[in-house]
Amino acid sequence: MARIIVVTSGKGGVGKTTTSAAIAMGLAKKGHKTAVIDFDVGLRNLDLIMGCERRVVYDFVNVINGEASLNQALIRDKHCDQLYILPASQTRDKDALTQEGVGKVLEDLAKDFQYIVCDSPAGIEKGAHLAMYFADDAFVVTNPEVSSVRDSDRMLGLLSSKSRRAEQNEEPIKEYLLLSRYAPDRVKLGDMLSVDDVQDILSLHLLGVIPESKSVLTASNSGVPVILDEKSDAGQAYADIVARYLGEERPHRFIDEKKGLFGKLFGGK
Amino acid sequence: MSTDSQNTPHSTSVLEFKSSTFSVPVLVLSNNDLDAIEQQLQKKIQLAPEFFKNSPIVFDVQELNAQKIDIDIAALANVIRKFGLMPIGIRGGNEQQAKSALDLHIPVYSIHNNLSSDAPKQQKNTTQTTEISSATLITQPIRSGQRIYAKGDLIIMAQVSAGAEIMAEGNIHIYNTLRGRALAGVQGNPDARIFCFDLQAELISIAGNYKISEDIKDSTRNKPVQIYLEEHTLFIQDIREH
Repeated sequence: MARIIVVTSGKGGVGKTTTSAAIAMGLAKKGHKTAVIDFDVGLRNLDLIMGCERRVVYDFVNVINGEASLNQALIRDKHCDQLYILPASQTRDKDALTQEGVGKVLEDLAKDFQYIVCDSPAGIEKGAHLAMYFADDAFVVTNPEVSSVRDSDRMLGLLSSKSRRAEQNEEPIKEYLLLSRYAPDRVKLGDMLSVDDVQDILSLHLLGVIPESKSVLTASNSGVPVILDEKSDAGQAYADIVARYLGEERPHRFIDEKKGLFGKLFGGK
Repeated sequence: MSTDSQNTPHSTSVLEFKSSTFSVPVLVLSNNDLDAIEQQLQKKIQLAPEFFKNSPIVFDVQELNAQKIDIDIAALANVIRKFGLMPIGIRGGNEQQAKSALDLHIPVYSIHNNLSSDAPKQQKNTTQTTEISSATLITQPIRSGQRIYAKGDLIIMAQVSAGAEIMAEGNIHIYNTLRGRALAGVQGNPDARIFCFDLQAELISIAGNYKISEDIKDSTRNKPVQIYLEEHTLFIQDIREH
């Protein structure tokens, strides 16, 4: 049975699409057949981050409206043949999504895929609601600043009350915290909330910390999910997150300040 | 929201409405055979005549109505009075029964919030609210934007986030951090209290008397406290100093 993961946050610009692309790629690289769906109808981005924007023929809305089959709309990833992308429509808006339509597409995908990653749009309106409605697991992406944390808290409330699992009294959605754009040096200066601060407010299981990294921007602009950049800290952070999600135990990294070469050589503090 | 306590020259207040809860025996009927009711009632009363002497009683005809058995309310009231019991209410009656009860000056109570019915309750709320007598227990965090309303006491084991709002007609107990808004005694019960392990609230209120975050002194912030009302003033007290 497929596991449906929603990548959500409430707030925009925290790294949902980057995370969706990286997580989906990570799961596929581990040999799990994975589909990643862009729910941001009207502000299509996932295909850019995944580097498949030139191969989009049909999209999510076409499939919901019955204008194309799922197989016609799914795009196989260049880097990994276990990964498929279902792009959003750029010419429509969120009202083109219906609960029945989304439910049907997910049901059909579930027959063939092990993991379905839903890239949620920002906000708490229809697009975000439908992205999380059918989810089994939620990756809540949060930046270490108060407004992002507050919005994530709001989203967690919706996950526990407005989702299918909640409405049908099933086991609740499993919620995981992903803290992105983390800069230990700024935490030290008191400019940024620490991991502990965020966990104190959200009291949520921490799946991983993704450091603020230049490699994320580079990866986005070149259309290669950052997880494939194995040398980068952000790439490694996402690899850790996927491994932890799949049940591996890995110590948390990137929480403390990086020691320079000399620090490492001489044992630092 | 405090009331004007200054008296006008001509009138002093001679009355006050207060809310109280009483424990009253409820007679749950499962048959409309008045003779059988009379016999069995007599047996029960003989077991503890003093307890039942002049005791108020509420009769519950919900089960009868579920089985579509009608009962003559006036006749039933007569039987009950014969044993020295004083009917003070009816519960679970249909429209016609409610009317005949009112004709006899017997108040009609609604059924909600009582566990006397055998029918399994539908649990709608996903935050795992369990009704135990008059208290609502919540074990999941109350997140920003969520609202909880409890008819009786409200007990929360998890945190209450900033931007969340919890309300109770009775007391509020939070065995965790309170960051949101907590309003106890919302129907005007001035004896309601708020207890929490770590006070970081945006707003606290008892029976309409409130304090916002800015008014909360640093000496009580981030501490386990109880909040109570005295003479229309909210007091916040470290629970360990009690």
